[in-house]
Amino acid sequence: MNLLSFLSRRQTAPVARERLQILLSHERTIVGGGSDLVNLLREEILEVIAKHVKLDRDKVQVKMDRGNAVSTLEVEIEIPTGGTLKLAG
Amino acid sequence: MSKVLVVTSGKGGVGKTTSTAAIGAALASCGEKVVVVDFDVGLRNLDLVMGAERRVVFDLISVVQGNAKLAQALIRDKRVENLSLLAASQTRDKDALTEEGVARVIAELREKFDWVICDSPAGIERGATLAMRHADLAVVVTNPEVSSVRDSDRIIGLLDSKTEKAERGERMEKHLLLTRFDPIRAARGDMLSKEDVLEILSIPLLGIIPESQEVLRASNMGAPVTLNSPMSAPARAYMDAARRLKGESVEIAVPTERKTLLNKLFGRRAAA
Repeated sequence: MNLLSFLSRRQTAPVARERLQILLSHERTIVGGGSDLVNLLREEILEVIAKHVKLDRDKVQVKMDRGNAVSTLEVEIEIPTGGTLKLAG
Repeated sequence: MSKVLVVTSGKGGVGKTTSTAAIGAALASCGEKVVVVDFDVGLRNLDLVMGAERRVVFDLISVVQGNAKLAQALIRDKRVENLSLLAASQTRDKDALTEEGVARVIAELREKFDWVICDSPAGIERGATLAMRHADLAVVVTNPEVSSVRDSDRIIGLLDSKTEKAERGERMEKHLLLTRFDPIRAARGDMLSKEDVLEILSIPLLGIIPESQEVLRASNMGAPVTLNSPMSAPARAYMDAARRLKGESVEIAVPTERKTLLNKLFGRRAAA
């Protein structure tokens, strides 16, 4: 490595810092919730749906996106074809 | 009034056990009554770092399950009065720790000691959540490195939601301990700086422990670094952190190794 390439070498800490800030703003859940909020929501949503429809636990996706103005909660549930709908009574 | 302190991090290998031993010994040498408790069931190491590995007869699990009395399981440190160790079990698994059992042991330790310092296992599973469960305050050990910072952020989330204190609606007191820090690399822009980590995690700073060969030398000898080489940079940083935990106000600086002329001329001396 010559002197020139040493001097022009980019600092890496600012990159680390920026990557972390972006990542963590996604991983932290909406205001006030613990970081397990998404898992908790997933479990409770599963519980409610499973009362009425047979479903595969792995086919339930819960995603949370934090934006500046609004955050969105995306829930995707795949119900197998021929999934029996039980009567709720 | 006694305090239960959990030393935690999420990520493994960042210095939880080293920090538990160093801070425990530092507080005890200030005259506080201290017990360090290893929660890493199945992978215990605090006994080894403290140099008490051959003195473990009963452990946390024996006491939790009622097979031994607390007094039988506590190992008194031979160097510092006021310092005791409660080892983890090496043979049992984490399921042997029951929530009620841990609560009972912690309550009993509170009566005997000023400080109950719980060395958490890595991860966010049962062992880690049980270690933090009854804590009054937490020390989050973090390396200036992306994966460690991310895991610390996760642990901070758990401290704010899964502890008894959080469930009572109280605020969990959390302190950041930045370990394995290299001021030269940080100044060069090749290591996250103190400011970077503090801004990202936004919890107050307890101390900065510089990367140092003295930490490995101390664990080789089976002694907390604060006892093995009390004048070394990491030992002084841990000592300052312990004084801050006691409520003293000590300015935060990164201590550097003091090199004498002889050191410079002949390099480091071999272990005495």
